[in-house]
Amino acid sequence: MTKLTRRTILRGAVNGAAVGVALPFLDLFLDGNGEALAATGQRLPVRFGTWIWGCGFIPERWIPATEGADYVMPPDLEPMAPYRKQMAILSGFDVKLDGVANKPHMTGNFGLRTGIPVPGETATAPTIDVLIGEQIGQGARFRSIELSASGIERSYSFRGAGSPNPSETSPVALYQRIFGEGFQDPNAGTFAPDPRTMVRQSVLSAVTEDRQKLARSLGAADRARLDEYFTSVRQLEQQLELQLQPPAKVENFTMPSAPAKTVVDADVEHVMVNHKLMAGLLAQALACNQTRVFNMLFSDTASNLRRSASSDTHHTLTHEEPVDPKLGYQQQVAWFAAKSMVACRDFVDALARIKEGAGTLLDNTLLLAHSDCSIAKSHAVEGIPMMVIGGGGGRIRTGFHKAGRADPVSRVGLSLQQAMGLQVERWGTKSMDTNRTVTELVA
Amino acid sequence: MRRLTESQYRATIADVFAPDVPIAGRFERAQRADGLIAVGSSVGGMSAFGFEQYDASARGIAAEVTGEKRRAQFVPCQPKSANAFDAACATKFVDTYGLKLFRRPLARDERARFVGVAKAAQARLGGFYQGLEYALVGMLQSPHFLLRMERTEPDPQHRGALRLDAWSKATRLSYFLTNSTPDAELLRAAGAGELDTDQGLARQVDRLIASPKLEAAVRAFFWDMLQFDGFNDLFKDPVIYPAYNSSVARDAQEQTLRTIVSLLVTERGDYRDLFTTRKTWLTRPLGIVYRMPVATRNGWEQAEYPAYSNRSGILTDISMLALHSHPGRSSATLRGKSLREVFLCQHVPDPPANVNFTAVDQVSRPGSTARMRLAEHNDNPVCAGCHKLTDPIGLTLENFDGSGGFRAKENGAELDLKGMLDGATFAGAPGLGQTMHDNPNVPICLVDKLYRSAVGREVVDAEGPYLDYLATTFGASGYRVPELMRAIALSKTFYAVALPAVPAKTQTAAAARKGDRS
Repeated sequence: MTKLTRRTILRGAVNGAAVGVALPFLDLFLDGNGEALAATGQRLPVRFGTWIWGCGFIPERWIPATEGADYVMPPDLEPMAPYRKQMAILSGFDVKLDGVANKPHMTGNFGLRTGIPVPGETATAPTIDVLIGEQIGQGARFRSIELSASGIERSYSFRGAGSPNPSETSPVALYQRIFGEGFQDPNAGTFAPDPRTMVRQSVLSAVTEDRQKLARSLGAADRARLDEYFTSVRQLEQQLELQLQPPAKVENFTMPSAPAKTVVDADVEHVMVNHKLMAGLLAQALACNQTRVFNMLFSDTASNLRRSASSDTHHTLTHEEPVDPKLGYQQQVAWFAAKSMVACRDFVDALARIKEGAGTLLDNTLLLAHSDCSIAKSHAVEGIPMMVIGGGGGRIRTGFHKAGRADPVSRVGLSLQQAMGLQVERWGTKSMDTNRTVTELVA
Repeated sequence: MRRLTESQYRATIADVFAPDVPIAGRFERAQRADGLIAVGSSVGGMSAFGFEQYDASARGIAAEVTGEKRRAQFVPCQPKSANAFDAACATKFVDTYGLKLFRRPLARDERARFVGVAKAAQARLGGFYQGLEYALVGMLQSPHFLLRMERTEPDPQHRGALRLDAWSKATRLSYFLTNSTPDAELLRAAGAGELDTDQGLARQVDRLIASPKLEAAVRAFFWDMLQFDGFNDLFKDPVIYPAYNSSVARDAQEQTLRTIVSLLVTERGDYRDLFTTRKTWLTRPLGIVYRMPVATRNGWEQAEYPAYSNRSGILTDISMLALHSHPGRSSATLRGKSLREVFLCQHVPDPPANVNFTAVDQVSRPGSTARMRLAEHNDNPVCAGCHKLTDPIGLTLENFDGSGGFRAKENGAELDLKGMLDGATFAGAPGLGQTMHDNPNVPICLVDKLYRSAVGREVVDAEGPYLDYLATTFGASGYRVPELMRAIALSKTFYAVALPAVPAKTQTAAAARKGDRS
């Protein structure tokens, strides 16, 4: 029996010339992850993303004094107050070093994202967004979208050692990539598949045809690299498959207009502007199924953010600014830490602004916001601040503060994977190897 | 298996087609391994983004090459009929570009596959040239183009052993000596079996060393070694450094590369003189930062740093000074660290976790200099270990600010420019340049890096004697870089198939043997 897919149906339709009809909503075509239904009758997919800010926080100004739902909002977290019900504050979870050298601003970040402390600048295993993306990311145009708001061409989404997913750094380039060539307006009404798309599919088939033969001629390391190549080819094939289908209608979607050119650098005011623009474009992209997985690097882990005319960066300040004797903390560092929370709110605003089904895009998103260290001055990887934000399609519980009490941070990564439907019982290595779900997070 | 770097991809497209064929896609940032992208290109993966961009480039290039405007220039035959598929012409097209893009003749099934693509595409889209267009898209997306896949064959001189086949040899040679794909003559020589004889190989090596394309290879190598990709996310505060802008950033890199090419390639000069030469190149935007008049309105002119300028050698170029500074201030530590890592092949460790840096606070405190602030580090035994490696070098460059501009004082205080490197004491940038010039580890490190760049991997311990030999050859040639490249390109090691068994540690063999572990 021929396998029934949207694509084979559509091929028939294309060859028979009758296209432009909306396809029936068939459960068979869905991966079974959707929960909510949109007004169009489509199931709403769940999305996952991470949001990173560099150089940690000032604990006494960020960690609520009490656990549970009724905490008093601490000053540096105040910008996030509008979302207190939609966020879980997680404090006191540690990256366990197990004797691994703490590479400043790297080890904590990768430890949190892979459950493995690494002494260098590359992950040694896929990061959590990639793991979750394999579960929920199928069927979207892009496997994931990576963004960096401070001009730094860097990303902490890794498919494996030495294999980062690169970040877009400019809103204009991001717009081009998503809404430029190859984008199909879901509400355009008319649909005519481009015959060149089918030709491009046959080209990719030809390119991948001798895969087996080729793999046999290579050693293990090169074979793994070649596999990566073919995995990346596969994404393009999926994009082309999507382009041959009439896009599912999306309620409330309007095609965003191209952003004006902005200054891309690390001046914090420029970064705020670019970050907001990119967040808005990303939210639109998520709404119309361009991707279901994303990673935003608001500031690099060794944050290069700076205020105009200052000879210091956020990062150098964390090490060099003296503690204000009256206030009891580093004043300028606190300014950057609080500013990072303003940016986080901007990002969540962008998700919450988009209506989806009975709620918003935020309700169908699970966002993990985190830093690379707790106290940046000493590069401490104990108690790295984290927030789990959004409803995750009803699979996650929020609205509380939980203290980790020096538990391994991998408990959080494990819980999020489980919430996103991964069959995973334990995660992390050595002291971070855990099978303990953070039960408060699980809906 | 090495992936084409961005500059190799661009050069290859320019050579196979034409320099003005546009490349629409972007390139994912190259990964570095132990200081070199050339080594990282052997290990890094290819992201979905990366392939997506290759696809965009492939379609743009193919549309240009087969499009109405330029097909007469690029398509080697004309279809017999406007409607029917012309298999002979399509085959000729596929064979022509298959050879150039895969750097070897296509196998029979490969040829059939791409001709098949052309035929199917024509059937669907209607035109012969559209068929060719998509056959070309396929070749440009193929791993055989994007990755340098090498092939082996039995070595007739050593029973049971393997050797690189002639096409793979040609490819290694070409990317090493021209940073681009093998040219027609090299492909001819490979096909004729000439690269399998010492004489035939030497003839090609000498030809390429003498060709104008050597310059591109030298440029690409130094761009990589000097880590100029760092300019992609280097920012300077426009209030503090108003003269520094994107034109300066672009021209600063080009200035240093021009100095390098002039001295090493055009003049066949001594590598060590890069650290002392006052000859340089300028544009108007650079002239503003250097405070030197530039007569040429648009473009480059040769110039010389005045003796009183305190500048000599590439270490005093804006590129090097600005790249290894903070956005709003200079950094003796970053400058010293990069100098050790880039030019001496030494590794300077990261600061240990849990260090109190507040000692170096308040940068603009009146009367404070970096030397005073950094002195606190050297009083702290935890910090001193590494800062003693970096700061005594970097402090000698302190009369250049974070953008590379000259300053006589910092915060109103006189600058003490005394410094030290591996036992030699000196003062100021000219002193540093002379010390680097005279440091025997500087050329040894270059040999190490150039060789690793050539073979695209770490050196293994068993190659130690070979690197010693190369270093001696380099010295005997008067430190002429093209001679060093020639020696590498003629050596059996360069074409080796199996690696010697012992993997290298983090330290490179050459550096370890010279005893400069840091």
